[in-house]
Amino acid sequence: MNTSVEGERRTAEEPVRPLRASVVRRLPGIGVRLALALAAVWVLFLARGTSAGPAVDDPGRFLITVLDGVTFAGLLFVVASGFTLIFGLMRTVNMAHGSLFLLSGFIAIRLQQAMVGKTRNIEAADVTVLDWVVPLLVGALVAAVLGVVLQQVFLRWNQGQELRQALITLAISVVLADQMLRQFGGLALSMVWPGPVTHFFEIMGQRYSTSRLFMLAVALVVGLALWLWLNKTRMGMVIRAGVDDEPMVRALGINITLVFAVTFFVGAFLAGMGGVMGASFAGAATGSDGAWLLNSLVVVIIGGLGSIKGAVAGSLLYGVVVAFSPAYLPSRYTFYSIILTFVLLALVLAVRPYGLFGRPE
Amino acid sequence: MSARRPLSPGNLVALAVLVFLLVLPIFGTEFFVNNVMTEVMILGLAAATIVFLASCGGMTSLAQLLFAGIAGFMFGNAALESGARGLTLGWPPWIAVLFALAVTTVVAFLLGALGSRTTGIYFLMLTLVYGVIGYFFFAQVVTVSGPGGVTSITAPAPLNGRVPLYYAAVGLSALVYLAFRAIGRTNFGLALQGVRDDPVRMASLGFNVPFHRTLAFTLAGFVAGLSGLLNVWFNGQIDPASIAIGPTLILLIIAVIGGISHYEGAWLGAFVYVGASNYLRELPLVDRIGITPDRFNTVIGLIVVLIMVLSPEGLVGIAGKGRGWRRGSPRARSIEPPTTSETMEGTAR
Repeated sequence: MNTSVEGERRTAEEPVRPLRASVVRRLPGIGVRLALALAAVWVLFLARGTSAGPAVDDPGRFLITVLDGVTFAGLLFVVASGFTLIFGLMRTVNMAHGSLFLLSGFIAIRLQQAMVGKTRNIEAADVTVLDWVVPLLVGALVAAVLGVVLQQVFLRWNQGQELRQALITLAISVVLADQMLRQFGGLALSMVWPGPVTHFFEIMGQRYSTSRLFMLAVALVVGLALWLWLNKTRMGMVIRAGVDDEPMVRALGINITLVFAVTFFVGAFLAGMGGVMGASFAGAATGSDGAWLLNSLVVVIIGGLGSIKGAVAGSLLYGVVVAFSPAYLPSRYTFYSIILTFVLLALVLAVRPYGLFGRPE
Repeated sequence: MSARRPLSPGNLVALAVLVFLLVLPIFGTEFFVNNVMTEVMILGLAAATIVFLASCGGMTSLAQLLFAGIAGFMFGNAALESGARGLTLGWPPWIAVLFALAVTTVVAFLLGALGSRTTGIYFLMLTLVYGVIGYFFFAQVVTVSGPGGVTSITAPAPLNGRVPLYYAAVGLSALVYLAFRAIGRTNFGLALQGVRDDPVRMASLGFNVPFHRTLAFTLAGFVAGLSGLLNVWFNGQIDPASIAIGPTLILLIIAVIGGISHYEGAWLGAFVYVGASNYLRELPLVDRIGITPDRFNTVIGLIVVLIMVLSPEGLVGIAGKGRGWRRGSPRARSIEPPTTSETMEGTAR
């Protein structure tokens, strides 16, 4: 979406400096390359005493970890692309994105239970593809409609006041979290993948679940649809134009208010889809909303707020780090894996304060 | 409202409030003084750092509770001599205090430096990420805390009573209130406000914009650390849940309720919040309309939505609007819509 990726453009905050200063300025870049090289060498050859072991000794485990990372990145992309789509066009940071995610997950779980006719111990064999797809669509639709209602009631009239909008949506997320706790209780519920996709297969001596590949496939379909929508339809063209120059689009007589509502619908729909996929992948519980708001934020901070390309890049980087850090940290220190997420964030921000594909405000 | 006019109405009100707070233990009930008001002071202190960053630096930070938590965890780890969790270093308590504040300040400096080139909404998101990652850090790293937290922490010698702790909280609050207001008039504070209003111009005037932001963030982190120490002495324990995303938002909400561009608002917001959480259930008839203490967060959330919809200036802003005090106040801009020049820059790109 964000096609004009600037290379070495100097902003006014970085005036021309003498040679020594420019070396200092390139230090972060050198540091990042060094850190990447060290990480690669560690994973490939040195990682003894970790739960996975060096990749040259155990390539199967390495492959599994890569697959874990990429499939998780698929889920991350579905959720974060909705977040970044909304921001890209409207400059609205929707802090209730995680709440929409969780609400959709809960609704889909309830609906699936009703469709299967059991409330507990649902086996994958009980679940047909329809029992998964219908709750997915219904959950996502509820999230999308709620999203549009929030946008029309709370965000439409204060367009452009980013912090005010962020605080309003934060407060709404507090209310939604409390109401969901009342409605669905504090226990973790989980959605069941449909039977036809729940198998295991052998790959390089390791068992791997097809449901994770299914999740990746859904994410790819979503990504493809989003790309087609944004690049091949008139509405997508208007949205891309709106991202670049909203007042001009308005001046050309296009009903941008309608486009805003549609974009919010799609963004919230993606949060809802992600919620159902996440509920099938790891269950839904109180607190998932905060965790997935964090995930979306990390992805868009890494990738650049408002850029779909950035959402892809951010999801892949973050997904890979999340998958590799528990496997390739020394076994006694695996609980430090959250630190690596932070290191990733710090590395990206040190070189590009607005994310990989982001533009300064 | 300045040192040049020491007897202005604003200063007189502040003095009256301080005197009232100092004599309160003589006639207030024990519960009100030792539980309600102490917590108000502690939360107000932490919220004041958000106000400081927002009003002086134009940075809305969600990481302040993390710094309070870091100070609390570090004190617990350093001061405890025995116990199931934590490092149990068993240092003298006042050394532990210095250690906790030093760690907090260093972490605040590093995180501030990392985020110093981001602004506005990006900064809000980044600090939220700091806060949540900090929560996961303390929840997962069993060496310093683990999910259960650090328990049976006591305050060092002169403060180890309910009333001394109350006075410490009031004293620190008054000190920080005056200090923040004074900083706004120093060269550093003025430069910081310049950075808030027009970073590009300040940079071309030769000011080191990221460094000013970093210093402000470090100072706010240090003060948040002070409130974290008071908090850990007040509660006697600290666990990661107390710095999770919920309480983080509550702290921002406290700053917002009071008015995010007025220091008084921090303590006012804390008073409203703590008061509501303690006394809401005692109001007559609230049960009838479905507001029970269990649904407290819904009430708080709705209050904030209402305040943000009516006036982003919070309670102080609403009160000020009524009296027309806000005329030309340059501080009241942190959440205002972007100025025309910013909009022009955005579109001209």
